[in-house]
Amino acid sequence: MKQRSLIYRRGIDIVIRLISSLAALFGMAMLGWILSIVLLKGLPAINWEFFTELPAPPGMPGGGLANAIVGTLMITLLAGVIGVPIGLAAGVWLAEFGQQSKTAETIRFAANLLMGTPSIIIGVFIYVIMVMTTGNFSGIAGAVSLAVIMLPVVARTTEDILSLVPSALREAALALGVPRWKATLGVVFRAAKSGLLTGVLLAVARVSGETAPLLFTALNSPFWPESANEPTANLTVTIFNYAMSPYDDWQTLAWGASLLIAAGVLGTTILTRGFLWYRSK
Amino acid sequence: MEFGALSSVYGTLVSTAIGMLIAVPLSLVIALFLVEIAPPSVSRFVGGAIELLAAIPSIIYGMWGLFVFAPFMADHVQPWLASIAPGMPLFQGPPMGIGMLSAGIILALMVLPFITSVTRDVFQMVPAVVKESAYGMGSTTWEVTRKVTIPYGIQGVVGACFLGLGRAIGETMAVTFVIGNRHEISTSLFAAGNSIASTLANEFTEASDDLYLAALIELGLVLFGVTLVLQLVARWWLRRTARKLGAVR
Repeated sequence: MKQRSLIYRRGIDIVIRLISSLAALFGMAMLGWILSIVLLKGLPAINWEFFTELPAPPGMPGGGLANAIVGTLMITLLAGVIGVPIGLAAGVWLAEFGQQSKTAETIRFAANLLMGTPSIIIGVFIYVIMVMTTGNFSGIAGAVSLAVIMLPVVARTTEDILSLVPSALREAALALGVPRWKATLGVVFRAAKSGLLTGVLLAVARVSGETAPLLFTALNSPFWPESANEPTANLTVTIFNYAMSPYDDWQTLAWGASLLIAAGVLGTTILTRGFLWYRSK
Repeated sequence: MEFGALSSVYGTLVSTAIGMLIAVPLSLVIALFLVEIAPPSVSRFVGGAIELLAAIPSIIYGMWGLFVFAPFMADHVQPWLASIAPGMPLFQGPPMGIGMLSAGIILALMVLPFITSVTRDVFQMVPAVVKESAYGMGSTTWEVTRKVTIPYGIQGVVGACFLGLGRAIGETMAVTFVIGNRHEISTSLFAAGNSIASTLANEFTEASDDLYLAALIELGLVLFGVTLVLQLVARWWLRRTARKLGAVR
């Protein structure tokens, strides 16, 4: 090893410390920049009409995104109704029954792959199996594509949380002669309740901000969503369409919608993370 | 009609390459900061903030990229790049803001939290005893990092980079907003282009005839194949590393 003076080594050390502190600062600054811009540009668009009115043609005063807000809530809720039970069940199976078996390992692997698949690919897939076969874009197709994205996330989180429940609890229940399913539902689930809830909330929040899978499944619409079987207005695709439009008032609406989505997703994330952190203390 | 994927594939490769070139070193030093340099309370706070970057929906990156970051690039960064490297084919053409370079930088921001958090976990797996013995020999923090932590965790870091790469390649909305959406290949990073994902996002609903649609779906297949292979490699690699480090999971 080359001999170097202490001053040189200390100097290098300080330079590296400086660089890495600056990099961390840079990351924080970017976060701050993005969030403050969304807040600054979004707030002026938020008013009563924003939540209550249909979009107006460009140039007309007023107009809001009430239909898109309702649509996003509807699609997200529907996605949760489809995705969460299946994901929960899959997670329970992985943690309680499959455990280290070959099948369980394969399913885990597949879930990981699905988790890393680009969301636009999920959109294409749902387009082919649902939109092409039925012949029209629909809110339900959008919800299914979000559910597919949610599924592996819910399954893996459920598994992680259930495996934190001490086996002594399970064994105690089983020793009392409780059947396996009752032990799982009545004991393991109860012990893991808050963890499961936060996990599910995080997954739902994450997909509510997705755009790519909705582009050609739910599409968009300037009207109130009347059934799940027609193109459904939603905030994220509206942001995309309005941002790309040349009209200032549409772009302002897009910023308002951005603020709403960002606040919803980040708010849920921060609250649930904070809750988990608080509980783990 | 004829359809070709070349410009989309090229755009995906170039924007991802720019993103990774920026994100990898940045993530490494941030992970270093979180594990070795910052006191635990600061580390938790900064780590949380970096993880929050991953929670921002990509459409928000797109809005910020198109309306704030691209004009910033056009006004400040691109003229500066053109002036320090005159005649470089990479920095030719009018500084429009939107284009490959901006898309790459935003991609870097988006994958940064993923690589950082995996790298941080890998760095934390290094047994304290090994590090402490190096400190005990009088090493500075950087020497411990370079001679102990990095060699110990290098494979995990490589796996983290693969995971980030998989994310970057499939990222759709943020790229669609800023890449410019032009079916042409240009050597300049200032030029507008497109990526596989952005082509899909822009043209899917416009595909008027069956062949056009089929071409787009095939483009999707290419993207799916690439991300699948990348992920397989990354998972296999990370699993091997974890086994080597004796970690459960």
